[in-house]
Amino acid sequence: MSVLVGDNTRLIIQGITGKEGSFHGKQIKDYGTNLVGGVTPGKGGQTALGVPVFNSVEDARSQTGANTSVIFVPPRFAGKAIIESAESGIELIICITEGLPTMDMVKVNHILKDLPTRLIGPNCPGIISPGKAKIGIMPGFIHKQGEIGVISRSGTLTYEAVHQLVAVGLGQSTSVGIGGDPIIGTTFIDMLELFAEDGETSGVVLIGEIGGSAEEEAAQWVIDNNFTKPIAAFIAGQTAPPGRRMGHAGAIISGGQGTADDKIKALKSAGIYVADSPAEIGIIMQIALQS
Amino acid sequence: MKIHEYQAKKIFKKYNVNIPTSFPAFSVEEAINAYDKLDSKTVVIKAQIHAGGRGKGGGVKLAHSRDDVKTISNSILGMNLVTHQTGPEGKKVQRLLIESGVNIASELYAGIVLDRVQRQFVFMVSTEGGVEIEKVAAETPEKIIKEWIDPDTGLTLEQAISLGKSLGLTDEQIHFSTEIFIALWNVFYEMDCSLLEINPLVVTRENEVMALDAKMNFDSNALFCHPELENMRDESEEHPAELEASKYNLNYIKLDGNVGCMVNGAGLAMATMDIIKLHGGEPANFLDVGGVANPETVSNGFKITLSDKNVRSILINIFGGIVRCDRVAQGVIEAMKTVKVDLPVIVRLEGTNAKKARELLYNSPLDFIVATSLSDAAEKAVSAAKGGSA
Repeated sequence: MSVLVGDNTRLIIQGITGKEGSFHGKQIKDYGTNLVGGVTPGKGGQTALGVPVFNSVEDARSQTGANTSVIFVPPRFAGKAIIESAESGIELIICITEGLPTMDMVKVNHILKDLPTRLIGPNCPGIISPGKAKIGIMPGFIHKQGEIGVISRSGTLTYEAVHQLVAVGLGQSTSVGIGGDPIIGTTFIDMLELFAEDGETSGVVLIGEIGGSAEEEAAQWVIDNNFTKPIAAFIAGQTAPPGRRMGHAGAIISGGQGTADDKIKALKSAGIYVADSPAEIGIIMQIALQS
Repeated sequence: MKIHEYQAKKIFKKYNVNIPTSFPAFSVEEAINAYDKLDSKTVVIKAQIHAGGRGKGGGVKLAHSRDDVKTISNSILGMNLVTHQTGPEGKKVQRLLIESGVNIASELYAGIVLDRVQRQFVFMVSTEGGVEIEKVAAETPEKIIKEWIDPDTGLTLEQAISLGKSLGLTDEQIHFSTEIFIALWNVFYEMDCSLLEINPLVVTRENEVMALDAKMNFDSNALFCHPELENMRDESEEHPAELEASKYNLNYIKLDGNVGCMVNGAGLAMATMDIIKLHGGEPANFLDVGGVANPETVSNGFKITLSDKNVRSILINIFGGIVRCDRVAQGVIEAMKTVKVDLPVIVRLEGTNAKKARELLYNSPLDFIVATSLSDAAEKAVSAAKGGSA
């Protein structure tokens, strides 16, 4: 089994006729994901990637039965695209777009908290359940179907972790990049809850980074909820200087808060195996599974 | 993005945030002219740099006469100001703010930041103004009073009044504080700030509430909404190499080590720095060349990494996804033909078309050291930086 995406996924792409949307959309479709339509305002009635294009998410949902949407629209419009999708009844939204203003995300969060919709991202590589569905920009071929759930704030570092898992013979049930922004939809805790209930996920890789306190909250959740599946973690940014934004908008140590040391300490106190080196994520997962 | 206090106060004026009269000065002459224009015998001369703690470092001084202004401006302009926020190297003062003196009765703190846990902006006030707020937060957190802001309503009148009351202000003072708190939220909201801090916010002996200082940072992701801010950018406050990198949309941060690195993706770039350290080396920089690592970005990234004279070896770590490794390899080969590189270059390519990329590098007449894994790459790069054979 996999979580969130799989055989029941009916996907639309918001921004399907744009450069990013059409490029990645083709790879999403080629992977075998069930793509049922796309949305570009003003281009309704056209066809792209072999599926119908609609003017609005509402039209796309009512005519295709879509339940999932992936967003590739530019940052200026991405906040509105998320809200439109959520208000049209889309159950799962994956926002790939990087660079959304924080104020927009505060507003998005304010609206989404009263709706049943789940948001992944923004500023993330997306989600993949190997062999079933890929909704995002990650290279599909590096993945292998299996029993490890992967949750990460990063993009390429997630690919690195997946690569290492495959190298030690471990496949993935679902791998999700939750995004590098200060305000994101789905959190580490949300994903741990899903992996806890997924019968075919037997271990979890958690990749965090400096900034915020999402890793500390996840560690506390693991303790409070007696999460028993083994977790291997890595925290990027142990050598990052304070006060500097390290690429991701959310990766910044401010006022002494959000350091890698604090996060590693919290994770270890929850019994989580923390890899010292980013080259040992796969091996540490293997060790965690055996103990 | 950061701006200076005098620039923030210019924005404050537009939003009717109560501030003392002041004028910026770029020279001693301008400082004296500013003094003549101010209707105040005592003025404050404030160094304008992008860092806090200026007073303690000797960058804020009182002047009681025209002569004072001349002497003090002369000594502060051009000085290397070191504060707890500048690091030991300090910052050169090139601009001043000459401000009317104020009769201070008490010093308070007001600030607006993002609360990542609550996913809302939070308005904070404290009676402990004029000191480092991080220290207050760590030692006496109960002395920081917070109101979380609903994005639909903004800071409400009730919330603004309640903040004033929590500071123990009188009714007359609360009238002023409410006005200023709501104006500050309007600045924050309309200008897409990421941080707005007034430390100190003062109550004057005349019972007015005034913003004596102004620290304003903007959300880089929202700068497209505010093209006018581009004029406020002080390029001399930025590291030259970082400034250069930003022109090519490269994310570069200068560090103190000697192993240069060039990576695709911010998380992997941080992890690469970390693994260099684990192998006994020190990273010279953070550099994320982003999702589109083409020959041009690779070449620009190279030049910027090399502009750091401390660099003794360069580690290129690319995990190809959408970016094809063979394209990156071609980019590296092209770049090394045009950029003179006399340092060892260690290349690790994994992911899409990695094998093809390694073949390209092996067959190139240029002298690369090809690494097979992340730890192998780090080991070779650190060893090369130390002068050993990689």
